Amino acid sequence: MSHLLEVRNLVTEFGVKLGLRAVNDVSFSLKRGKVLGLVGESGSGKSVTGFSIMGLLDRPGRVAAGRILFDGIDLATLSDGEMRRLRGKRIAMVFQDPMMTLNPVLTIGTQMIEAVLAHDPVSKEVARQRSRDALGLVGIPSPEERLSAYPHEFSGGMRQRVAIAIALLHHPDLIIADEPTTALDVTIQSQIISEFQKLTEQSNTAVIWITHDLAIVSRVADDIAVMYAGRLVEMGSVRNVLGDPRHPYTKGLIMSVPSQNRRGEPLRQILGMTPAISRLPSGCSFRTRCDRATEACAVMPDLMAEDHRAFRCFHPMTRIDA
Amino acid sequence: MAISLIRRLIQALFVILAMTVIVFVGVSVIGNPVDILINPDANQAERLRLIAHYGLDQPLWKQYLLFLQGLMHGDFGDSFVYGRPALGLILERLPATFELAISALLIAIVVGLPLGLYAGLHPHRISSRIIMSGSILGFSLPTFWVGLMLVMVFSVELHWLPTNGRGATAEMLGVQWSFLTRDGLAHLLLPAFNLALFKTSLVLRLTRAGVQEVLPQDYIKFARAKGLADRRIIFVHVLKNLMIPLVTIIGLEFGSLIAFSVVTESIFAWPGMGKLIIDSINLLDRPVIVAYLMMMVVLFVALNFLIDVCYTLLDPRVRLDAKA
Ligand SMILES: Nc1ncnc2c1ncn2[C@@H]1O[C@H](COP(=O)(O)OP(=O)(O)OP(=O)(O)O)[C@@H](O)[C@H]1O
Ligand code: SF4
Ligand SMILES: [Mg+2]
Repeated sequence: MSHLLEVRNLVTEFGVKLGLRAVNDVSFSLKRGKVLGLVGESGSGKSVTGFSIMGLLDRPGRVAAGRILFDGIDLATLSDGEMRRLRGKRIAMVFQDPMMTLNPVLTIGTQMIEAVLAHDPVSKEVARQRSRDALGLVGIPSPEERLSAYPHEFSGGMRQRVAIAIALLHHPDLIIADEPTTALDVTIQSQIISEFQKLTEQSNTAVIWITHDLAIVSRVADDIAVMYAGRLVEMGSVRNVLGDPRHPYTKGLIMSVPSQNRRGEPLRQILGMTPAISRLPSGCSFRTRCDRATEACAVMPDLMAEDHRAFRCFHPMTRIDA
Repeated sequence: MAISLIRRLIQALFVILAMTVIVFVGVSVIGNPVDILINPDANQAERLRLIAHYGLDQPLWKQYLLFLQGLMHGDFGDSFVYGRPALGLILERLPATFELAISALLIAIVVGLPLGLYAGLHPHRISSRIIMSGSILGFSLPTFWVGLMLVMVFSVELHWLPTNGRGATAEMLGVQWSFLTRDGLAHLLLPAFNLALFKTSLVLRLTRAGVQEVLPQDYIKFARAKGLADRRIIFVHVLKNLMIPLVTIIGLEFGSLIAFSVVTESIFAWPGMGKLIIDSINLLDRPVIVAYLMMMVVLFVALNFLIDVCYTLLDPRVRLDAKA
């Protein structure tokens, strides 16, 4: 089966200065019905990657290099109108901050119905029906009444579910879900996760699941891509990467998650902070925080491929190190 | 809502009371109406008779009490100058001023809103910069100077438009209006434009600022992520958010349009309240001044209330607060 989405050497810049590359040389691909977990610390470029695919970068952000192929189409070649017809219909996105996603002065119903009508020439009644069903699907009680409510009458979790319902309206081929369950409590989180899983199975929808939470990734994702300071540092199947990481940063992320198997051991945080993208060290971006760094790391390591996985490190870990 | 209206009416009552005291004291400080009103050649007996007739022979506090007494019976007093009820004089002029103010407001909205929208959506275009520079001119040129220039160019030089009075009027709802006749409309055009200039710039700049505030919001990005057409995003998502500050300002400005129509009415000899009040102040015609100012207070209270009503209609978040 060919890939639904192929991102090749994507570079996204804010400002013309070379240093401001929020996304740098990122490549990955995704098949229909598969889930890719995109992880990394705050500011590593996860959301910007998502917006680059959607064609929704804020000024002055722009895709400076690379190609994004969706179902064989190079998205850069599409006109504004063609891109608009794709957005919401075949590629949908759930935003990170549910409190800001919905327009405060329009009812939920208005904002859902317009999303249906933007792509399908159906009657308003049908659009309303579909909106109601979508709300029910994400577990919003009495959806008929909620349609005439305004966003401020919803909690953050409820708003996120509305946003997810909107993303599901057209059964898209690809959903970019930016921290979709962060604002939700654990029960609802599970409900939403199984909803996504059902969707990927039934409608063959592919999902890019952006999150900080490795536990969620291990539950929902087939593959995982780890970002650090705008670059992919490790990528592969969830089982391989989380069970047997190669990159010291991945390892650090795993160690900072509470786990059943290491109960009693202290959690280990990665030392230091992600440096600002305008002040990255030369060579390997992680080298200021890496305990395996040597002089060799003063040059940028290439992505090295090893059976079904890739990582960007001169001194990869092995199972023995773990 | 009803409670807040009642509270405001009571507040307005106090404002009116305080204001009337100030006017009474103020006018008596500025001068004695008698000196202006009474023919210097009149003999002493005639003088005394007139002074007694106006009640000006009484001490000020007694005059004030008499005025309040009259108010209880809906009597605002007679104009010293015209010898007719002050309120009637003002109400007679009200339609002319209202017509002028509403026309100016319409021009301000019809011109300012689309231009502001355009300048906000395309801030980097040269045309937007020209629009914004123009709005600075609209802000800073004094109304009277622009009025004189308009008269010079369109009336004196080009002979396109008349400059004096309301022109022919026609009746609607028992009131005479200029805009109903061709001649009246021609008379209305220049003063309305003159009065509108400042407000147009205001609406324009407010709209642009609002657009620039709303556009970077996540909900606009999300609207685009849904694949909505630009038209819908601008005219529904952006505009609906803009209406809240705009309605507030436009409502408040309508009050000031009426209050400040004085300059325009004087230049174009527009027979409205503004011209009446200026004449009355010159002649120390206290009953007219008091009645006019009282009406202004009532007008502003009413406008504020209307704005609040619009607010609750436009902003769902306010509605909830009111319920709570
Ligand atoms: N509108 C913008 N203007 C300028 N720089 C931006 C803008 N948006 C993002 N960036 C830059 O891109 C970098 C990556 O941001 P991004 O939002 O993708 O991080 P993230 O991985 O999603 O983090 P988080 O987990 O906090 O959401 C940031 O360091 C920021 O400096
Ligand atoms: S390349 Fe060197 S500095 Fe970078 S992660 Fe590997 S060991 Fe650490
Ligand atoms: Mg993000």
